[in-house]
Amino acid sequence: MAVLKSTESKLDLENECLSPDGLKQELLRVYPTKVARKRAKQIVVNKVKEGGGVPEIGANTRTVPGIITQRGCTYAGCKGVVLGPTRDIVNITHGPIGCGFYSWLTRRNQTRLENPKDHQFMTYCFSTDMQDEDIVFGGEKKLRAAIQEAYDIFKPKAISIFATCPVGLIGDDIHAVAREMREKLGINVFGFSCEGYKGVSQSAGHHIANNGLFTHIIGLDDTAPKGKYKMNLLGEYNIGGDAFELDRIFKECGITLVATFSGNSTYDQFSISHTADLNAVMCHRSINYVAEMMEKKFGIPWIKINFIGAEATAKSLRKIAKYFDEPELTERVEEVIAREMPEILRVREEVRRRCEGKTAMLFVGGSRAHHYQELFKEIGMKVIAAGYEFAHRDDYEGRRVLSGLKVDADSRNIEELEVHEDPERYRPRKTTEEIERLRREGFSFKDYEGMMPEMENQTLVIDDISHHETDKLIEAYKPSIFCAGIKEKYVVQKMGIPLKQLHSYDSGGPYAGFKGAVNFYREMDRMVNSKVWSYLKAPWQTNPELSAKYACD
Amino acid sequence: MLLRHTPKEIAERSALTVNPAKTCQPIGAMYAALGIHGCLPHSHGSQGCCAYHRSTLSRHYKEPVMAATSSFTEGSSVFGGQANLVQAIDNIFSVYNPEVIAIHTTCLSETIGDDIPQIAKKALADGKIPEGKHVIHVNTPSYVGSHVTGFAGMTKSMVDYFAVSTGTKCNQVNIIPGYVEPSDMEEIRRIVEMLGVQAVLFPDTSRVLNSPQTGRHEMFPKGGVTVEALKSTGDSMATIALGRLASGPAARALDTKCKVPCEILDLPIGLRKTDVFIDTLRRIAGVSVPESLNVERGQLLDIVTDMHHCFYGKTVGLVGDPDQLISLTEFLVSIDMRPIHVLTGTPGKEFENRIREITRDVPRSVNVRAGGDMFLFHQWVKNDPVDLMMGNTYLKYIARDEDIPFIRFGFPILDRVGHSYFPTVGYRGGMRLLEKILDTLLERQDRDAPEERFELVM
Repeated sequence: MAVLKSTESKLDLENECLSPDGLKQELLRVYPTKVARKRAKQIVVNKVKEGGGVPEIGANTRTVPGIITQRGCTYAGCKGVVLGPTRDIVNITHGPIGCGFYSWLTRRNQTRLENPKDHQFMTYCFSTDMQDEDIVFGGEKKLRAAIQEAYDIFKPKAISIFATCPVGLIGDDIHAVAREMREKLGINVFGFSCEGYKGVSQSAGHHIANNGLFTHIIGLDDTAPKGKYKMNLLGEYNIGGDAFELDRIFKECGITLVATFSGNSTYDQFSISHTADLNAVMCHRSINYVAEMMEKKFGIPWIKINFIGAEATAKSLRKIAKYFDEPELTERVEEVIAREMPEILRVREEVRRRCEGKTAMLFVGGSRAHHYQELFKEIGMKVIAAGYEFAHRDDYEGRRVLSGLKVDADSRNIEELEVHEDPERYRPRKTTEEIERLRREGFSFKDYEGMMPEMENQTLVIDDISHHETDKLIEAYKPSIFCAGIKEKYVVQKMGIPLKQLHSYDSGGPYAGFKGAVNFYREMDRMVNSKVWSYLKAPWQTNPELSAKYACD
Repeated sequence: MLLRHTPKEIAERSALTVNPAKTCQPIGAMYAALGIHGCLPHSHGSQGCCAYHRSTLSRHYKEPVMAATSSFTEGSSVFGGQANLVQAIDNIFSVYNPEVIAIHTTCLSETIGDDIPQIAKKALADGKIPEGKHVIHVNTPSYVGSHVTGFAGMTKSMVDYFAVSTGTKCNQVNIIPGYVEPSDMEEIRRIVEMLGVQAVLFPDTSRVLNSPQTGRHEMFPKGGVTVEALKSTGDSMATIALGRLASGPAARALDTKCKVPCEILDLPIGLRKTDVFIDTLRRIAGVSVPESLNVERGQLLDIVTDMHHCFYGKTVGLVGDPDQLISLTEFLVSIDMRPIHVLTGTPGKEFENRIREITRDVPRSVNVRAGGDMFLFHQWVKNDPVDLMMGNTYLKYIARDEDIPFIRFGFPILDRVGHSYFPTVGYRGGMRLLEKILDTLLERQDRDAPEERFELVM
């Protein structure tokens, strides 16, 4: 209730239609009955029970056709999100030109070469540009030729193929072509059956990408890098340079990052990632499958961390240090935190004075709507409504609900790999006793508590929000800032409310880690306190009365 | 180097497209549909198509781009998209209440063979289309043509669905402005109004995709051609279509359907193409050209003659869409510049013939390609560098690598503003293009000039 009691949050609890329950009914009112019934499950007024239980929310279900959704497709989740940030794989989109074109450099994943001679294909868009004859007669021949041409020109270490909608429908066997070309060229060639229509959102594409990474790359090379504390960072995509900032922090702490999935990543890093001793998961939604499978096959435990927010970053570093359980590391982590914090606190206090009590709404992604609440809290802003675009119930309510989740037809379409212990390479990183001891000390492995337990009571949680709901929500609550993506950006800004893109960060970033937190504080200060939003009315619109002075001339 | 792996040696490719110079049909159809007042474009396919198109158009215009999708799942891909589309139509009219839903198909719905008119009929029979509301469609399989042909298709559908001939001619001309920016559509309208001609301009995305900041989001902005106006196109005296590829099909459809004679012209980019447009309109409408337009023409020409030394002999590489490039190439040649690499991603041999004809007297070998990609264009530039390049934002990677001055022109422009407010068509648009060319060339000259040759007056 705290959030709604705030006098500065501009909410009027007395007004019935502005109460979260009243507003929920208002959002649903215009929908046809069946749609309203479905949407009602996906719009929840939050209430955290003792012990962290929260109400059930409908998520990862089909989008209602025609509703104007934020969601994209499976291909976008696979090629765009997970595989997009890897610089040295030639990613060929097998399909008509659009899919490849739209996913060409638009996500702001940055990458930095270690050696100027290294491969960097992210600035390129590769496509088979299927034509009608390929649809009629099949596109395998063209795909085969395209792979050969890509190999001849670019000589990459690996080539991957991404299937678009028509590929699945006409029955092109991209995996057979991949096998054949792998034999022929002697390099790794693999395919992703990530046709856009699979699943209900990008999320299916993440899963397919995870399966492909695990099957075709992870564990190919047993050469372990040097380093005492070796971990992988999962679900970090280096938007606006986030991964660079995290790399910096890990280096200062003496932690060796074997691979990041997949910000600023390379094929070779993926190949040796099974030599790490810990998997730290940022975006649970997009990458938890890899973490689970690596644990089963190689014995690498995974933990949930969050590097969005200075406090969260410190907490996550401490969690990693506790896992490795060496005084030397713990000490160094504390030193780094102690070194970074003063500047952060200085900026935070300065910004907080101007942002305290202002309100935010976050409707984005599969983890960002949760993680970014940390940063808003740090500068005293209130999150009054939030939701994910493509997350599942566990991302809202915590992994505690996993065992009870029904697998529907859409999720069943996505292969669930059967994974076993690797007979030679499975190596438990901790003894059972060590794990037990850590657990007793409050350390949680493979757990994610979800977004809702951390949100205030009476806040609105809305899954897969529609344009209509966005519009009503803004009209009712007039937030100081709205966070979403490019499709929503100018819609919301036309309403006079600044919108921060949390997929691409607009043109900003990094926002992760310590320096990122400072950047974000300043960015919020700029956005919620700018005078540019105050010029909406011209003088004659505010004071329309006429002076007759010149009228009689 | 951002495109470090692009070799100078050109090897013919038969299967692999690298760095495309086109995108797919549906986005063009969506853009055209936004030029109907009160219209919600609808993408019949997977969610991703709609999300990608809306994102790209939003980035290009920095404006709201509203559109809905049928949100296909695997089930609808197997059993057909009828249930999804009928439900979408019901929801759209219930929630958003547009005048028109303009459906375009995708590679998905085309491959499974969904019959949109039949599904729309079903929606009507089920009572999902309210009285007086319209559902129109165009088939835009992504594996045919390009974004330009998608635009052309949706524009033609406006004729197919709405134009009626009542038997009584009305004193107006149809102007089909082509796949140009809202600013260009505004400028074309301004010119038509200066001539005092009554016209229906369609589609018309001005005041839709360059709308003002007012603190209110209008789901259906003030701009766009109305359904009433579209209906009346069948009674117009004549049609002028600008851009053969984007506007030709609609103009011919009006001729066939309603016997409205048409003139299909090149886009009015540059002096002489604008001359042709104004001269044609003047003759068709039987009006005389006002002095104010002569002044604008003279001002454009004044820049050309004053600064001819800067244009003369400068080599240019152009990437873009056929209609734009045909007129732009003609403009550049007309002021003695030398376009030597001209490439579009949109297929069609006609383009190559036209550019060859226009550049016939350019005293250099000229590379022309329809259905090409920017990888090939880059290779051309590596083999034969140019003084200036013009094209969409993706060209900036080549510009930086090769250190060549670059002007953003075409679609998409993702990193600059201006194109939605300031035209490149008409005499004023020509002046803007020349200003851009001069700024870019002279900026470079200033940057590179040895100190003793650094000039105050240029």
